[in-house]
Amino acid sequence: MKAFAALFTALDGTTKTSAKLAALTEYFRTAPEADRIWTIALLSGRRPKRSVSATELRAWAAEAAGLPLWLFEESYAMVGDLAETIALILPPAEARVEVSLSEMIAALIALTGQPEAQRRAAILRHWGQLGATERLLFNKLITGGYRMGVSQGLMTRALAMATGVEEAVLAHRLMGDWSPQEMRFEMLVRADAGGPDSRPYPFALAAPLEEGPDSLGDPGGWRAEWKWDGIRGQLIQRAGAFALWSRGEELITDRFPEFAPLADFLPHGTVLDGEVVAWDGAWDGTSDGAAGRPLPFADLQKRIGRKTVPRKLLAEAPALMLAYDLLEEAGQDLREHPFDARRARLEALVARLPEGLPLRLSPAIAFDDWASLAATRATARERLAEGVMLKRATSPYHVGRKRGDWWKWKLDPWTVDAVMIYAQAGHGRRANLYTDFTFAVRDGNALVPFTKAYSGLTDAEFAEITRWVQKNTLERFGPVRRVPPELVFEIGFEGIQESPRHKSGIALRFPRMIRWRRDKPVDEIDTLEGLRGLLRAAQA
Amino acid sequence: MAENPVLTFTDRGIFCPDGGFFIDPWRPVDHALITHGHSDHARWGHRRYLATHQALPVMRQRLGQIDAAGIAYGERLQIGGVTVSFHPAGHVPGSAQIAVERRGEVWVVSGDYKVEPDGLAEGFVPVRCHAFISECTFGLPVFRWQPQARVMEDITRWWAANAAAGKMSILGAYSFGKAQRLMAGVERIGPILTHGAVEEMTATLRAQGYPLPETVRAVAGVDGKTHPGALVIAPPAALGSAWARRFGPAEEAFASGWMAVRGIRRRRALGTGFVVSDHADWDGLNSAIRATGCERVFVTHGYTAPFRRWLAEKGYDAGIVATEYGEEAEEAAAAPVADPAAPGAEAGGAP
Repeated sequence: MKAFAALFTALDGTTKTSAKLAALTEYFRTAPEADRIWTIALLSGRRPKRSVSATELRAWAAEAAGLPLWLFEESYAMVGDLAETIALILPPAEARVEVSLSEMIAALIALTGQPEAQRRAAILRHWGQLGATERLLFNKLITGGYRMGVSQGLMTRALAMATGVEEAVLAHRLMGDWSPQEMRFEMLVRADAGGPDSRPYPFALAAPLEEGPDSLGDPGGWRAEWKWDGIRGQLIQRAGAFALWSRGEELITDRFPEFAPLADFLPHGTVLDGEVVAWDGAWDGTSDGAAGRPLPFADLQKRIGRKTVPRKLLAEAPALMLAYDLLEEAGQDLREHPFDARRARLEALVARLPEGLPLRLSPAIAFDDWASLAATRATARERLAEGVMLKRATSPYHVGRKRGDWWKWKLDPWTVDAVMIYAQAGHGRRANLYTDFTFAVRDGNALVPFTKAYSGLTDAEFAEITRWVQKNTLERFGPVRRVPPELVFEIGFEGIQESPRHKSGIALRFPRMIRWRRDKPVDEIDTLEGLRGLLRAAQA
Repeated sequence: MAENPVLTFTDRGIFCPDGGFFIDPWRPVDHALITHGHSDHARWGHRRYLATHQALPVMRQRLGQIDAAGIAYGERLQIGGVTVSFHPAGHVPGSAQIAVERRGEVWVVSGDYKVEPDGLAEGFVPVRCHAFISECTFGLPVFRWQPQARVMEDITRWWAANAAAGKMSILGAYSFGKAQRLMAGVERIGPILTHGAVEEMTATLRAQGYPLPETVRAVAGVDGKTHPGALVIAPPAALGSAWARRFGPAEEAFASGWMAVRGIRRRRALGTGFVVSDHADWDGLNSAIRATGCERVFVTHGYTAPFRRWLAEKGYDAGIVATEYGEEAEEAAAAPVADPAAPGAEAGGAP
C-alpha cells in the first residue's frame, strides 16, 4: 500500500490542482498495473464489495484500542469519519508488512462470507501491520468514501497524460459498470479496445445561469427546452446491448420494463440523451395545446428504489423518456456535430418510430427574444418543469461540465421562513461544525418540523451557529442537539409534495437555506397552513 | 469538623479561601497566582501577580506595568493558611503547575501542560497530590502525538523540499511557546524569518537565556529575494494573508495538535499540517494523572464530558469545572468550533 499511501499523502497535502495532477500522473506511470486499475476504480467511486460491516469495525477497533464503545462514539463524533477515527485510536503498528493495494483488496474480498471470528482476526492482523496513513486507507477500502479532492475529470486528465490516450476516449471507457477485478489497464489504454458494448458516453452538463440570459448575446444563436425534474438518462441500443443508464452511471434498464419495446424499434447504433419521467397523459395542456406533463418526481421515486416494478405502479406512474439529444446514430459518434444538426437527426429518428412507444421529443421552446423566453419560463411550474435549458445552436456534446454552451435557467425557488429546532454536526470537512438542521413552521401554538437542510450558508455563519448551538443546547440525543426555537432561516425549495411519512404531511424537493433571517422574530415565521396552500397551488 | 475545601471554583476563577488568592482568574482580583503567560491564563487587571521568575518577562511584555513577584520552581511560600509551590508544567517556557498544601492535603492546578520534553520549556514534573485540577484540551483517544524528533524531521524535510523548489516556507504557529519550540527544534538549513509578534516573544526569551537560534524580523524589504528558501514563522492568522503573500512563491503549513484531524485541516483549506502541540495528548493526560497518585480529578477546559466519564470509569472521583480557559485568540483560530463536551454539558461543580 506504500505507493498508494504516498499518492494519498501527496494529494491530501496540497490544495493546488497542478500539484494533484502531477502526483496522479506520476502514479499512473509507475504504480503496478493492478494497483492503477483499483486506484481508478476507487477515485471514481467504486469499491470492493463490503465484507465487514461498520458496526463490526467499530466494535473490533474499540476492543483493540482498549476503549469502551461510548468513548469510541464520542471520538467518532469529533472526527466525523469512521475510517479516520479507527486509524487514530489504534495503538501503533507492531510490525510493518508491505502488501500492495490490489493484494490488500483481494484479501478483503476473500473475507466475504467468512465467519465473524475469521474476519475479525484478519482485520486485526492487517491493522497491526500498517502504518498510520495505510491504516486509514485500508479502513476506507471497507467503509468507502475516498475524498481526496480529486474529481473524476482530474483523474481522467492525469490518466491521459500518463498514457497518451485522449481524455475524451478515456472518459468514455471509464463509464458504466466495469469491474476492477476484470478490467485490465491495457484494455483502458489500448486504442482498439472496444467492440459492441453498452457503455454510455460521459454526460454533458449545464452550468446554472444565475444572472439571466442577457449576457448570452443574440437569442438567435440559442435553443431552449424545458428543464425537467426527472432522471437524466442515456438509452443505448447497440448490437446485442440495450441499456438505460442514469447520470450517476447506474444501470437502470430493469427499473423501466415499459421501455423494452424500444429495443425492437430503435435502430442499432443509437444513443439517446433525455429525461426519464413518470407521465400524466390526462393533463390537457396549456394554451399551446401540448397534452400531458410529468407526474411529480415523488411518483417516479417510488419506482427507483425497487428492482422489479409491480403492475400497479406501472399503471399509476408509467414512465417515458423525453429525448433531447442524439449522441450516436448508425454507430457513428455524433458528439462533435453541432447541436442543431443533432437535434434535426433526433427529430427525424423519433418521427420514424411508430406511435405509442415510451419515447417522445422534449419539445423545443420557440422564442424571439429573451423577454418572451422569460415569460415562457415563468410558466414552468405548471408543466412540472424546473425552468428552461439554453443550448448554443452550434455546441458540441461536451464531456462533463464545460461552461459557456449549456446553461440551466431555473425558476427562483419557493421560500418559507422557518425556525431551527435541531442541529447535528456534519461529516468530513464539516466534522465538528453544526451544519445539518431541522426546521419547523408554526401550527397554532405548536411547532411542526417539516424539513431538514444543510447547505446555503457560509462557513463563517456555520461557525457562528455552531457556537450558538453549544451554548444553547437543551437536550442531546446522540449526535443531535435540541435547541431553543430562536434562529430563523429562509428555506428555499424546488417543489412540494404530499407525504404521509412526514409529521407535517409534506415533503420538499431540494430544500436549502437561502439566508439567515436575523431580522425576523420567531412569531413571524410561516405556518403549516401556508405550506399546505403552496401544496394546493402545486397540485392545481 | 467540616472545613473549606483547599480550592473552590467561583465565577472569577479558582479560589483558595485559606490563602485569599486566585489561580489564573479571568476577572480582576486582588491576588492572582499565574501558571503561565498565555493570555487566557495571565489576564489583565489584577492588583498583584505571582508567577515563576521565568514567566514574568513575557507577562510584563504582554500586560505592561503590573505589580508582580517572582518565585523559583520548587520554592515553598506560605500564604495565609496554606503553602504554595510552583512546578514545571512543560507547556511553554516559565509555565508551572501550582501546588497548594494545607496541613498535608495537597491540591494541584495543572494550568496547561505537556509531558514530553520539548527542549525549551522546563520539563514536566509530576507532583503527588490528593486532588488534581487538569486541563484536557486533547482529552480524546484520537489525539496521540508523535515523538517531537519525528515531527521536527518532517518539518525540516518540508522546508528543504520547498527551498529546493525555490519557495519560501511559511509556518503558522502560536507566537509564544510554539514558535520558539519550532525554531529551536528544526534542523537549521536556511535563514529563519519571524513575524513581528513572534520576534518580540523570541527576543524576550532569548534575553532570558533560552537557547534560541538567530532569527530575522520580517520587516518590509525582507522577503524571498533577500532571504531565498527561508523558513518564516508567523502567527496562524497571518497564513493566507497579504502579509504572507509578499514573500513571493511560498508553501504554507500550520503546526497545531488540531492538525491530527483531517477534517479540521481541510476546512482551513490547508495542504500541510504538522501535528505538534504544547498540550498533553491522550496518553500524556492519563499518565500525568496517574503519576499524581490523586483520588480526585477536576477537568477544566477541553473534552471535559467524555474525559470525566473515562476517569470516573477508571475509579477516580472526577468532576468538571467550567472555566474560561482555552479561548486564547490565536489558538482559537486553530481549535474546532464544535466542542462536543462544552462546559456545562454535564454537571460538574465545586466540591
